[in-house]
Amino acid sequence: MSKSRIEKRFADLKAEGRAAFVPYVMAGDPDAETALAILKGLPAAGADLIEVGFPFSDPMAEGPPIQRAAQRALSKGMTLKATLGAIAAFRAADADTPVILMGYMNPLVTWGVEAFARDAAAAGVDGLIIVDCPPEEADPLADALDAHDISLIRLATPTTDDARLQVVVRRTSGFVYYVSVAGVTGVKEADAAAVAPHVERVRKASGLPVAVGFGIKTPERAEAVARVADAVVVGSALVDEVAEAVELNEDVTGRVLSKVGALAKAVRLARRVPA
Amino acid sequence: MNAPTRPNDYAAYPDARGRFGDYGGQYVPETLMPLVHDLDAAYAAAKADAAFQAELAGFLSHYVGRPSPLYFAARLTEHFGGAKIYLKREELNHTGSHKINNCMGQILLAMRMGKTRIIAETGAGQHGVATATVCARFGLPCVVYMGAVDVERQKPHVFRMNLLGAEVRPVTSGSATLKDAMNEALRDWVTNVHDTYYLIGSAAGMHPYPVMVRDFQSIIGREVREQILEVEGRLPDALVACVGGGSNAIGMFHPFLNDEGVKIFGVEAAGSGMDSGRHAAAINGGRPGVLHGNMTYLLQDREGQIEEAHSISAGLDYPGIGPEHAWLHDVGRATYLTATDAEALDAFMLLSKLEGILPAIESSHALARLPEITREVGKGGVVVLNLSGRGDKDVNTVAAHLGRTI
Ligand SMILES: Cc1ncc(COP(=O)(O)O)c(C=O)c1O
Repeated sequence: MSKSRIEKRFADLKAEGRAAFVPYVMAGDPDAETALAILKGLPAAGADLIEVGFPFSDPMAEGPPIQRAAQRALSKGMTLKATLGAIAAFRAADADTPVILMGYMNPLVTWGVEAFARDAAAAGVDGLIIVDCPPEEADPLADALDAHDISLIRLATPTTDDARLQVVVRRTSGFVYYVSVAGVTGVKEADAAAVAPHVERVRKASGLPVAVGFGIKTPERAEAVARVADAVVVGSALVDEVAEAVELNEDVTGRVLSKVGALAKAVRLARRVPA
Repeated sequence: MNAPTRPNDYAAYPDARGRFGDYGGQYVPETLMPLVHDLDAAYAAAKADAAFQAELAGFLSHYVGRPSPLYFAARLTEHFGGAKIYLKREELNHTGSHKINNCMGQILLAMRMGKTRIIAETGAGQHGVATATVCARFGLPCVVYMGAVDVERQKPHVFRMNLLGAEVRPVTSGSATLKDAMNEALRDWVTNVHDTYYLIGSAAGMHPYPVMVRDFQSIIGREVREQILEVEGRLPDALVACVGGGSNAIGMFHPFLNDEGVKIFGVEAAGSGMDSGRHAAAINGGRPGVLHGNMTYLLQDREGQIEEAHSISAGLDYPGIGPEHAWLHDVGRATYLTATDAEALDAFMLLSKLEGILPAIESSHALARLPEITREVGKGGVVVLNLSGRGDKDVNTVAAHLGRTI
């Protein structure tokens, strides 16, 4: 069921002629209850797919915003088990929106990759992105996920040349995530014009839709990237909303969802004009 | 769990994927994969290049001051009353520790690869100083990441790095110690992939660092072998070294791994005691997992979140250990013991008084296990201990523990 949830969503959007909007939220940030309320509100606010980060103490590819989000979640006792619990609660009310879990390898090693794949599938997870698990190390995880029909989403980056791209897209399904800047999340800004030829290259090599993320913060930028990519991922800008709302003692859920609404609207506006 | 079988030839490891048994590997973000592959290829070419090796040997003898002496510690031997104790005097190297052996090798490699900017992580500051030193010598800009907590406890080293022209960036994320400095260095590397060389300071991290750092540090063990054959006419019965990431230890151990008669002891930092939960002993108090690009023993909680290490010694204050040590432990080739802060302090004082040598507080952990090891080997036997660094840097720490101000 799971892989097909991603495939179906991209097929439907293709028919609509537009890119997907994919918000990234951190499980348990700023606390489990609020994070679940945000998660549940995302589809109505305009999310086409959802990335849920699970917190890790040492997120080596994250910039300060997502590092701090992970710290907030961990300080409130968030766990991978509770993350799956939140996704199951979400799934009970939404059978269609694909959910991609994103994080680091060690919590999965602790769980055991086979048991984890089984439990993630039962919770309604459709795909997994493990930042520090390149194709060279991925076979055991890919085997486990295959057995439960969960996509292992691969990352391509500005340092991925054509030869490397062949390695990256092996055994992948769902979509490919193009990391638009060489760097950590939430620091450099993506440039739509520079990204376009890479998206095309990755599409051709993988035969899959290509999502672009790392460095998209504003509706303007989201709109520009949505013209050239199949999906636009925004993460740091959303967790920054959480941080600010907490700081100002504002309604966290409302603030995040309204940002999601603005970004989703921009992505919809970018709909490619028929030639 | 069944112990994995011992190999016939330890030199055949790691395999092509950078694995020592289950340990090691390359768990890094995709952006870095092309870089670590390049590094792997560049290092393999340099290793096989006689000109590179000759250049390195030249700098090691004329700049670092190698070979370092193998010194028979007569009074220490007499004090314990067991096996003869020899100290491998790595503390006499330029900059005061073994760290420079690796830095010299890696900086020559970085230049050969055309890299123009060097980054490094440091805990105690010893590796940061060694990196800043070689960067000054070869005129390359140098950024050293150091946990904000360590910047506070190692102020003289921060100043030393500044004098050598390096920029020290305090790291406040996470627990603000060595592991976070390493995270931050990795983040810098991911961001500045085209011109930057990451000079890792221990036999840890992703392949090829564990094997490369081991090779550069193996000069220690190769010299010990020659020196001990010359003075004793035979191989030692036991080798002892402290283990943080594991570079001074693997450097001494590696040339002896195939000599099954040579017993091998690594000593991890037990901090306030293994039962206190405040220690830095990854093998004795952790379990396998993935951090900083490799599978190895790690201090971590039940959820797989990395735990902070605790040790009086900033250089041992790391929640992991190099993957080759993890494997040597599993196959039973090496034995990993522990020493507490208090035991290390006692050993520090003992060596200072008996031999007139202030040992680094890191090396003092190895010294602390000599009573048991020399007794086990027994009179007539020979034990070689790697004195990885000098203790001048630690006098403030030692004074504080004695309740004295200087
Ligand atoms: C003198 C000395 N010995 C040992 C170590 C521990 O590192 P390793 O285990 O890589 O030798 C350090 C680290 O800073 C050090 O300065």
